[in-house]
Amino acid sequence: MDHWRSDSAPVCRVATEGGLTVKGRVLVVDDDLALSEMLGIVLRNEGLEVSHVADGSGALAAFRETRPDLVLLDVMLPGIDGLEVCRRIRAESGVPIVMLTARTDTIDVVVGLESGADDYVVKPFKPQELIARVRARLRRDNDAEPERLTIGDLAVDVAGHSVKRGEESLNLTPLEFDLLVALARKPWQVFTREVLLEQVWGYRHAGDTRLVNVHVQRLRSKIEKDPERPEIVVTVRGVGYRAGPA
Amino acid sequence: MSGTPTATTGAGTSPSPTLSGHVRHIGGRAMLGLRAAGRGVVSAARWLLRTWRRSLQFRVVSTTVVLGLVVVSLLGSYLYSEIADGLRRDRVATSEYEARTLTAQAQERWDNTTATTVQELNIIALDLMRSTLTPAGPQPSRYVVMIRGAKNTSPTVLDPLGSGGLGLASVSQELRQAVAADPSRQQTVVNDVLVDGAQVPAVFVGSGVEVPTAGRYDLYFIYPMTQELRTMSLISTAFTLAGLILTVLLGAVAWVVTKQVVSPVRRAAEVAERLASGKLNERMPARGEDDLALLGTSFNAMADSLQAQIRQLEGLSRVQQRFVSDVSHELRTPLTTIRMAGDLIYDARADFEPVMSRSAELLQGELDRFESLLSDLLEISRFDAGAAALELDRVDLRDTVAEVVAAARPLAERRGSTVQVLARGPIEAEVDERRVERILRNLVVNAIEHGDGKPVTIRLRAEDGAVAIVVEDHGVGLRAGEASMVFTRFWRADPARARTTGGTGLGLAIALEDARLHHGWLQAWGEPGVGSRFRLTLPQEAGHSLTSSPLALSPGERP
Ligand SMILES: Nc1ncnc2c1ncn2[C@@H]1O[C@H](COP(=O)(O)OP(=O)(O)OP(=O)(O)O)[C@@H](O)[C@H]1O
Ligand SMILES: [Mg+2]
Repeated sequence: MDHWRSDSAPVCRVATEGGLTVKGRVLVVDDDLALSEMLGIVLRNEGLEVSHVADGSGALAAFRETRPDLVLLDVMLPGIDGLEVCRRIRAESGVPIVMLTARTDTIDVVVGLESGADDYVVKPFKPQELIARVRARLRRDNDAEPERLTIGDLAVDVAGHSVKRGEESLNLTPLEFDLLVALARKPWQVFTREVLLEQVWGYRHAGDTRLVNVHVQRLRSKIEKDPERPEIVVTVRGVGYRAGPA
Repeated sequence: MSGTPTATTGAGTSPSPTLSGHVRHIGGRAMLGLRAAGRGVVSAARWLLRTWRRSLQFRVVSTTVVLGLVVVSLLGSYLYSEIADGLRRDRVATSEYEARTLTAQAQERWDNTTATTVQELNIIALDLMRSTLTPAGPQPSRYVVMIRGAKNTSPTVLDPLGSGGLGLASVSQELRQAVAADPSRQQTVVNDVLVDGAQVPAVFVGSGVEVPTAGRYDLYFIYPMTQELRTMSLISTAFTLAGLILTVLLGAVAWVVTKQVVSPVRRAAEVAERLASGKLNERMPARGEDDLALLGTSFNAMADSLQAQIRQLEGLSRVQQRFVSDVSHELRTPLTTIRMAGDLIYDARADFEPVMSRSAELLQGELDRFESLLSDLLEISRFDAGAAALELDRVDLRDTVAEVVAAARPLAERRGSTVQVLARGPIEAEVDERRVERILRNLVVNAIEHGDGKPVTIRLRAEDGAVAIVVEDHGVGLRAGEASMVFTRFWRADPARARTTGGTGLGLAIALEDARLHHGWLQAWGEPGVGSRFRLTLPQEAGHSLTSSPLALSPGERP
């Protein structure tokens, strides 16, 4: 499923505090040159490789060209707006997308998430906050031992990043994959939204639980036979989510 | 014949009571009808009263009917009594005329007689009665009574005679005395008489005749007014019927007329109601050129201008919201860059000279302040634009308070105060937790900052569909009048008071808006040197309204 990474240039690896590996090419899509440059400085400081594009129309071409591991995307862009860019990138890739938004209004956040963003940060943000969000999305334990899980009627190959129903392979984004693996590893446990935010999104403090709701919906639409009556990711009323019985 | 007016009026003991009594009788009948209607009114009093209050049409129609009834019965009784009077006067006049003629005939007969014995005289008297004075037929138009005059002292006494079974008893004493006093004159009286077992008003005409040998005898003619009574009862029936029909007609006319007026008014009310419920395109039909069409046109003009104003306001508020969001974006982006640059510089301050390093610290602190001021301002303008909406969740407010207290612990430690939470049982409510947390954070931080390092107490209580949270400190307190001032934007009691967090004076203004958004209350109480209390009261179910708070605001108050 990670087809967009197979032909990419040699991966740059960076050791982080947690000892986890972060490979880093970040595409910044933002029309504000000062902010873009500042973002570049901060991210490069963290050892990431940064490229930049200033408008929505050029974003897709730049994305195809640089094959980044993460996209930082401003919602308000000249040309094609950020939400549309997000939708188009999502149409051809599962690459992690973090939105930069100036609004906290529910509607903006939800629309952003529904157009395919994995996470968002609200301006003005502290550099550490941004780095924490970026790191959480880049961190993949690639050198994990081969691990095979089953959840519902799905077979999950953790190291190979693939999910299969019988012979049919399902195309999940890395975030959706992480979400599914987190649930599949502990099928007996009910995960609250806060716990999922911490395990999958890497939030240390309280985050926005709407992130979980939106992404569970997206995951269900890909893996459930009937997303209206989910059997694999089951809602536990008033608590959170749980893996459905095999 | 016209020389007897004195008798007609002077001697009449009660000339009209009988007939006017009859008039009263008719009025009584109308009254009876009214009373029956009245009983109907009593039985349906509630319904009537309600309809009366609600329906203009009903009011107009019933007023018209009642007034019509009064006028018709007044008019009717006046006419009736006039007619009755006229009939009576006629009857008296014809009676007197007839009586005079008959008396003259009788006198003539007596004058021409030669009889002298009692027997002979009696025979003549009887013949006179039968042939001349008493008319034939079973229902005579008059009765005659002949009796010896009151002052007659002659030794010859004739038998008293009377027709139709009437005798001396029928004639009143007063009439007899009047006749005795002036026998040459006719005396007339209207009085009741018992004929065939029925009491009937009648005209009594009395006068004297000179009987040879036997002296003066009185002749009384009695004319019962049976015919007149019948006529009057016919007239009264006709009047009642006509009056009723007239009243009903009046009511109907009033109904039709008011309907013409009221139905456009009702339509206007309906349209106004629909307008009020937000259907701004509703209009009244306005045809013609009359007053009602004028009502319609002015109503529509009003609706038009209302709609235009509302559209304009909507437009303004949209512009305002748009402005807020644009400002938000435009300010936030450069602020983000400054923030990141500031952080980089701040992190590297150890490598700088002392002056530069202190400058970096100041920059960092003011950036924090700028950021919170900006977000406060944006929040306020969002309230002003009406763009703030609740995201409701059922939460236990004890958890919310615990989180706020935990977050405020570092500040409390710095100020040397303790924060104590007192709550029993779950304090559940349907609220927007982010907003309630913001309110509480501000109250707790304020209490610690103005608390002089003395303990801060937070009480929670749920009762009767409301939850209350009181944050109490024992610091500087509030002076008289300040309890309402604290919620004013940018207001600070004493800007010179030592501050650690550099507040802006917007905190309580935002808190109040947040509370209002929940249909809740936020109130302050304080006394200088004693301390302050801030009470937040929220309905447990979203959308319900509050009547009282479970906790007291001031120490003296009973909750
Ligand atoms: N517990 C209290 N005791 C005494 N005075 C108080 C108390 N709480 C608030 N005040 C007064 O009310 C003023 C307004 O309070 P408010 O919370 O609105 O603003 P602030 O705390 O100054 O700034 P901000 O909350 O925006 O950072 C304060 O400056 C203070 O003078
Ligand atoms: Mg405050």
